Amino acid sequence: MGISTTVAARGGGVAQTGSARRGTAPGWVLLAAALVLLACVASLAFGARPLSWATLVEAWTDFDPADGDHAVIASRVPRTVIGLLVGAALGLAGAAMQGVARNPLADPGLLGVNAGAALAVVAAMFVLGQSSLTSLVWFAVLGAGIAAVVVYAVASLGREGATPVKLALAGAALSAGLASLTNGVLVTSQETLDAFRFWQIGSVAGRSWGDVAPVVPLLAVGAVVTLGTGRALNGLALGDDLARGLGQKVALSRAVVALGVVLLCGAATAVAGPIAFVGLVVPHVGRALVGGDYRWVLPLSGLLGAALLVGADVAGRLVLPPSEVQAGVMTAVLGAPVFLWLVRRSRGVAL
Amino acid sequence: MSVLLDRPAALVRSVHRARRRRVRRTVAALTVAVLAMFLVDVLLGTYTVTMPDFLRILGGTEIPGASFIVMENKLPRAVVGLLAGAAFGVSGAVCQTLLRNPLASPDVIGVTSGASAAAVLGIVVLGVRGQGVSWLALAGGLLVALTLHVMARGGGASCHRLVLVGIGCAALLQAVTSYLLTRSDIRTASEVMVWLNGSLNDSTWERAAHLLLATGLLLPVAAHLAHGLRGLELGDDAAAGLGVPVARVRLGLLLLAVALAAVATAATGPVAFVAFLSGPIARRLLGGAVSLPAAGLVGALVVLAAELVAANLVPGAVLPVGVVTGALGAPFLLWLLVTGSRVGRGG
Repeated sequence: MGISTTVAARGGGVAQTGSARRGTAPGWVLLAAALVLLACVASLAFGARPLSWATLVEAWTDFDPADGDHAVIASRVPRTVIGLLVGAALGLAGAAMQGVARNPLADPGLLGVNAGAALAVVAAMFVLGQSSLTSLVWFAVLGAGIAAVVVYAVASLGREGATPVKLALAGAALSAGLASLTNGVLVTSQETLDAFRFWQIGSVAGRSWGDVAPVVPLLAVGAVVTLGTGRALNGLALGDDLARGLGQKVALSRAVVALGVVLLCGAATAVAGPIAFVGLVVPHVGRALVGGDYRWVLPLSGLLGAALLVGADVAGRLVLPPSEVQAGVMTAVLGAPVFLWLVRRSRGVAL
Repeated sequence: MSVLLDRPAALVRSVHRARRRRVRRTVAALTVAVLAMFLVDVLLGTYTVTMPDFLRILGGTEIPGASFIVMENKLPRAVVGLLAGAAFGVSGAVCQTLLRNPLASPDVIGVTSGASAAAVLGIVVLGVRGQGVSWLALAGGLLVALTLHVMARGGGASCHRLVLVGIGCAALLQAVTSYLLTRSDIRTASEVMVWLNGSLNDSTWERAAHLLLATGLLLPVAAHLAHGLRGLELGDDAAAGLGVPVARVRLGLLLLAVALAAVATAATGPVAFVAFLSGPIARRLLGGAVSLPAAGLVGALVVLAAELVAANLVPGAVLPVGVVTGALGAPFLLWLLVTGSRVGRGG
């Protein structure tokens, strides 16, 4: 299902391709899970320090804390887990966002949600003088929530509602405004800049278990809420009027999905920094594989997002040895061409 | 009146004349405002210079202390602010009119992001300083514009594709800039940060001269192409019907807007929102007409006024001017989005 597909066509697509592909959907989910597993193994195995497969197996079966190689593998576990959690959260949030906005270009990074979280985090760092993630998570969630509401509200005014171009422009413009406010804080405080520039890039490296623990409940609640909205998103895909006619509470569905998305994005951004393009690219792959049924698209997008982010992290370790390229840069480098391809593929219609 | 109504041609002519009068009056008022703000910037502030002293300094008299501050600091800053503001303003107005979208200014569609990324690359990786940074910024902006033009070819008259491609490019380039920031030591990062905000702090006469040369070349071209721009505003088909060579004018205007934005970015860094705001403000002042001189004057006025605030807001420190324009620009932007959407012009 692509950008050029109109809403009506996609609604029809649910009925047709949904039944045609329903049989294969569990297979794709299993395959995505296998891909996630593969990415995890690669994340443990590859890095600045080359290790043999035998060492990896040995570290798994017979862990020896005194062994340097084993310690290296153990040190790669937290970033792998964080990559899994953040990637899954972003993939899931992207799919839900595209569903609720009925907009193929919706992505937390492009729509200014991450910029809102970033400004909130910087303001908190600066005013409260704190740099521990535990205290910043709520600020990130708050900032993400406000930005999401503002962008969507602004873009959906007017006759034609929230069209892709209006959403993207409102998001880009709001991002630019928020970024310049963020920069204003950073110019006046070198300490905040030093802490922020490593957070801003979007990375899963250098985090400890203590940093992840506070966001896990948020991610869990967000994931459960979002995964539960598959049926509601299917309804919304038919258009507001039809969904209302089928007895769905449209405004309530929207609010629930938005709550899930904000929780997921805010928590993911607090841990890993603003990572763009994962939420944009993954749902398109998911829809291409299983059709427009969001009950399958959502979990599949979560799995693919996890695999993509962990994979991007691994790739970032390998492209410029011995230094690392952060996962956030890798997703942008990999995701931007996909975005451009999506835009180009639409022959100026529907946009 | 009844005489006029009898003769439609005369009526049209009188309406045209009234509109031209309004444009002329507004432009004159803006010119006065810009000159006044220029003088305020130079004369007032933490070190106040009196008008007679200023004139004597300009005349060549050496006044201990005051001469240095005016000639080496305040005057070049104000000149660079004036020229860069005008360049940003004209660039934004051309882009917005060309793409028929009040949001499609060079800052949003990635041109300034390209200039920034190239300049940061130069500062952090190649160790370039001074004039070299400006050239790199110019090259970066032009490269993005060329990419946009190639990628968006075949998008037709909607221009939506160009805008979306630009937003994608901007996101990618911002990631590159962030990456480069993490690769540098904190002192360089702070330096880059000031530049990234848009600042007049490093203005020198040399920079002012370069900017004067570039704008002196580009602004007359803009004035020349403005006629085609007014034709394009009617729609591509109507413009073609009026004898405007649409494709050529379109490409020329786009390159011109990008060059202006890149030149200004090279001199001051990407001052947030000036390009974005000047066009719509000028349009409102003129009651809906597009006038590049008015947009340029509004841009200059915005930068000079923001500079006054930035220099005097925090005692003892000079904020980058871009922080002020950004802080003021964001609310205005939201208001513009809301009102623009209501009448169906939001995209």
